[in-house]
Amino acid sequence: MSPAGPHLFMRDIEGMATLAEQVKSGNVRAVSRLITLLENHRDNRQALHLLNGTSRGATVIGVTGYPGAGKSTVVNRLVSCYRRQGLKVGVLAVDISSPVTGGALLGDRIRMQEHALDHGVYIRSMATRGYHGGLAQATGDAALVLETAGYEVILIETIGVGQNEIDIVDLAHVVVAVVAPGLGDEVQAMKAGLLEVAHIVVVNKGDLSGADNTLRDLREWCPNVLRTVATTGEGISELAAAILAHRPSSGVSSVSEVRNR
Amino acid sequence: MAVASQPLRILIGKVGLDGHDRGVKLIARALRDAGMEVIYTGLHQTPEQIVNTAIQEDVDAIGLSILSGAHRTLFRRVLELLKEQDAEDIALFGGGIIPDEDVPTLTAAGVKALFRPGAPMEEIVTFVKGLKPQG
Ligand code: B12
Ligand SMILES: Nc1nc2c(ncn2[C@@H]2O[C@H](COP(=O)(O)OP(=O)(O)OP(=O)(O)O)[C@@H](O)[C@H]2O)c(=O)[nH]1
Ligand SMILES: [Mg+2]
Repeated sequence: MSPAGPHLFMRDIEGMATLAEQVKSGNVRAVSRLITLLENHRDNRQALHLLNGTSRGATVIGVTGYPGAGKSTVVNRLVSCYRRQGLKVGVLAVDISSPVTGGALLGDRIRMQEHALDHGVYIRSMATRGYHGGLAQATGDAALVLETAGYEVILIETIGVGQNEIDIVDLAHVVVAVVAPGLGDEVQAMKAGLLEVAHIVVVNKGDLSGADNTLRDLREWCPNVLRTVATTGEGISELAAAILAHRPSSGVSSVSEVRNR
Repeated sequence: MAVASQPLRILIGKVGLDGHDRGVKLIARALRDAGMEVIYTGLHQTPEQIVNTAIQEDVDAIGLSILSGAHRTLFRRVLELLKEQDAEDIALFGGGIIPDEDVPTLTAAGVKALFRPGAPMEEIVTFVKGLKPQG
């Protein structure tokens, strides 16, 4: 059985060291398996020590916002955009687990399947497994694994949220909040939460009526508001530019540095 | 409190030019309601997309729904790709419109089980749960 094969546990120290080496060399199976181990048992976090010293300073972009606003479609477009720039891209897409059954329907990547054959793109769906804050407990660890494996841009899609689920702020260099027209009251509520912490606010579905009103309303309130139509790609290169402008290029901080600050 | 949780992760998807998606959505929901993490890829996937996705998502099994008549080629191609990628530990099963005579051929080739119209959901859930011994 290959070291990245099935039935690998933390007690298998040697196997874990091999797995870490494979992750460092960018082996996709090893990346996947290590993320599973980190998701399944907190004790496996010991493995993270085996990854140290290899931080390459990935840019972590959080994409959050109201359910159905178009987060996944925006992420899909951003992936294409960064790929055209030759960057390797990792995506962590978080969806909520049922509090009753523990099960989850992870559907974000439906919008991203055009990248499934691109070896420069890694997409992983994660369920919250009862964790609050808009992410899964292991999302930060998974980002570290992706950074170690050489992904230069890491996009994290949170669960559909409006107000208090803002763990993403502690994990991402740049937080993008996506809203859509026709969410009057919800947008008002978001002003006291998500929109307050976002670096960039995107009014997606700019093709729908009401987009102008939403834009005007939000621009009165925060400086960095952009309009996109993720289904056609309109406004996405401007968004990508705004994201990179926000991310300081010098004094690059790695995933682990951001998390410890 | 270090709680280990290892829900089954199952990829559910449709391959080829087959737009019949009622059955596959029922299956995805039933497996979710049985406590599994279901990664749904949507329609029109190629076998290559399915296998790459399965590896990135580190799933325990792939369940494909095929009502188009192309099941013989498509199931075999997925098995081939799993072998090429050294990922034969990922189980393959499926369902849809599959004539009696094709079932033994496909299961002999490595498809773990095939469920046709009328198959009780309970039976499907029990089968999938049995793919990975829990504990
Ligand atoms: C509804 C239907 C449609 C709808 C589909 C709507 C939709 N969004 O799904 C519409 C009208 C669009 C349609 C179109 C066509 N259809 Co049609 N359609 C049917 C019909 C009547 C029922 C299918 C259905 O929804 N069943 C209900 C669901 C719940 O059952 P199911 O999908 O079979 O799933 C169950 C099991 O099969 C199994 N299962 C299925 N998938 C999976 C996956 C896993 C992992 C597991 C474990 C189990 C599993 O579990 C499910 C629950 O029990 C069938 C005939 C029939 N009786 O099956 C024909 C049928 C499937 N269609 C057929 C054809 C030919 C077509 C068309 C090509 C017709 C045409 N000439 O235009 C087009 C093709 C469209 C396309 N792009 O693919 C043929 C296929 C022939 C073949 N395979 O040899 C059938 C069999 C009719 C026939 N007897 O000729 N169709
Ligand atoms: N008209 C229009 N529809 C869009 C646009 N962007 C996304 N959509 C549609 O909106 C729906 C939801 O898009 P997603 O990208 O899945 O939204 P999401 O925010 O990721 O949704 P959740 O993850 O479920 O919260 C889909 O049907 C998209 O096709 C847009 O710019 N204009
Ligand atoms: Mg989404």
